[in-house]
Amino acid sequence: MSAGTLTRRAAILAGFGGAGALIWNVNNLTLNPSFTRVYQTVEDWTRISQRALQRTGGLAPEYTEADISPTFKPNGTYDPGGDEYNAHVAQNFVNWRLKIDGLVSHPLSLSLADLHRLPARTQITKHDCVEGWTAIGKWTGVQLGLLLKAAGLAPNARYAVFHCADNLTGEPSKGGEQSPGQYYESVDLIDAFHPQTLIAYALNGKSLGVPHGAPLRLRVERQLGYKQAKYVERIEITDSFKHIAGGFGGYWEDRGYEWYAGI
Amino acid sequence: MSLLKNTAVASDIAVPPDRAVERPGLIASLGRKFGKADQREAFYRHRRAVRITHWINALCILFLLGSGLNIFNAHPRLYWGQYGADADRPFFSINTIDRNGGTYGETQLGPWHVDTTGFLGWSKQNGNYVARGWPDWLTIPSFQDLADARHWHFLFAWILAFNGLVYLGWSLFSRHLQKDILPTASDIKAIPRSVIEHVKLKHPSGEAAKRYNPLQRLAYLGVILLISLMVLTGLTMSPGFNAVFPWLLEIFGGRQSARSIHFLSAFSIVLFVTIHLIEVVLAGPINEVRSMLTGVYVVPKDHQK
Repeated sequence: MSAGTLTRRAAILAGFGGAGALIWNVNNLTLNPSFTRVYQTVEDWTRISQRALQRTGGLAPEYTEADISPTFKPNGTYDPGGDEYNAHVAQNFVNWRLKIDGLVSHPLSLSLADLHRLPARTQITKHDCVEGWTAIGKWTGVQLGLLLKAAGLAPNARYAVFHCADNLTGEPSKGGEQSPGQYYESVDLIDAFHPQTLIAYALNGKSLGVPHGAPLRLRVERQLGYKQAKYVERIEITDSFKHIAGGFGGYWEDRGYEWYAGI
Repeated sequence: MSLLKNTAVASDIAVPPDRAVERPGLIASLGRKFGKADQREAFYRHRRAVRITHWINALCILFLLGSGLNIFNAHPRLYWGQYGADADRPFFSINTIDRNGGTYGETQLGPWHVDTTGFLGWSKQNGNYVARGWPDWLTIPSFQDLADARHWHFLFAWILAFNGLVYLGWSLFSRHLQKDILPTASDIKAIPRSVIEHVKLKHPSGEAAKRYNPLQRLAYLGVILLISLMVLTGLTMSPGFNAVFPWLLEIFGGRQSARSIHFLSAFSIVLFVTIHLIEVVLAGPINEVRSMLTGVYVVPKDHQK
């Protein structure tokens, strides 16, 4: 038996032992806090490679009226409820304001009427839920880039953080239940200024219904459903989202989902 | 040690002329052990690149299947077409239903509904029955967790993709793919006979055992295509990727069709792995596994002589 054979044998045994240990401990590894670093590295590979490929254009496919889902499934919060939101529903959202503040030179406070006066974009796109289902709908709204240009971004602006009116309870996770929390989301400026990124006020030609985020929701078409924040009342421009809620940039991100939801 | 080193490759030990003589020691030792006595010979069958990528691939597929089933449980329904959600009709679904005061697992395929309590839809997890598509002993992690299942899935998807590119690149460059995997014209003609041999559980011997038989070639080519299809349909489910290659959606007929093909391909890979493992056992598990670890395969006695 040569030394080469011995090292080869040791390497094979180590490989199989490692693989066996990985499979045997997969639940514990999943619950280990350092697993976060592993999946964030993988998320970086995905983000960097998708962003590189998207440089050649990168518009989300748009569909025709014939492709629209007969029923657009709502998910997450179906009705934020509460006295304040219920009052807005009763008044048909005439007093709803969309605030844009943070690292901007002209903070804005826009009513629905203000938004309706701005140039509108209508797009028929698919909504891809992280769970696996798809619904196709026709969205009408104002390009977020237009609003951000009007607000004037500071040189150190990096993210748009969307603060929402809904408080959401979680789903089963890590063998338990997740904590409830105020919904929020964030995108970077690449997606914020993407031509298909809208602050939408209509679905399939009608004002947004309560289950779909009335009166305003985000559409960021190259990412999954949980990025499409509903009931948006404030857009905060920041250089970081570490100080907000759990620090991962969104309600689901704080509960283990990827911040870059391109896949 | 010196014994093996000094042993030249014996004349009765075949080494294909297109392959570098690797592991002469092991070939010689196996050749002596099985060689003249009962007319077996050892030869170098699996090159290092094939062996390494094979085992990495096996680990990836295990993790991708387990985490994929956990992801599937987040919405255990399959549709055909561009869209599909709760209000749309699935062609396959796993459901948890309450009937007559009891809870049952039920699996639907087209018009058929089958009670799958205990396995699909309603199964035990830590001793208690829970509503979940696939049971905990099949999923990674075993508890229901979409976020973490996705983390494992994408980690191993990247490894699978890199490993697959190394394998395909090496196979094309070394002509392994063209020579060993792609069926030749005579392989195609020999398919019916090969089918009969497989049904009779007869395995090639002698010189014929030194090359992959026609069904083996088709199976390996098939699994390469299936894994490629998995990668493509997986990418078709990605909204970020849809913005780069929207034609993928058209090829597969929509995101929901792509998701269904992804699942059906995974099922086909499970079928491949099952048959693959059965064949390993039938053809001689020690010799087969040893050949995928060391490269050296002992050719069985030629029973046609």
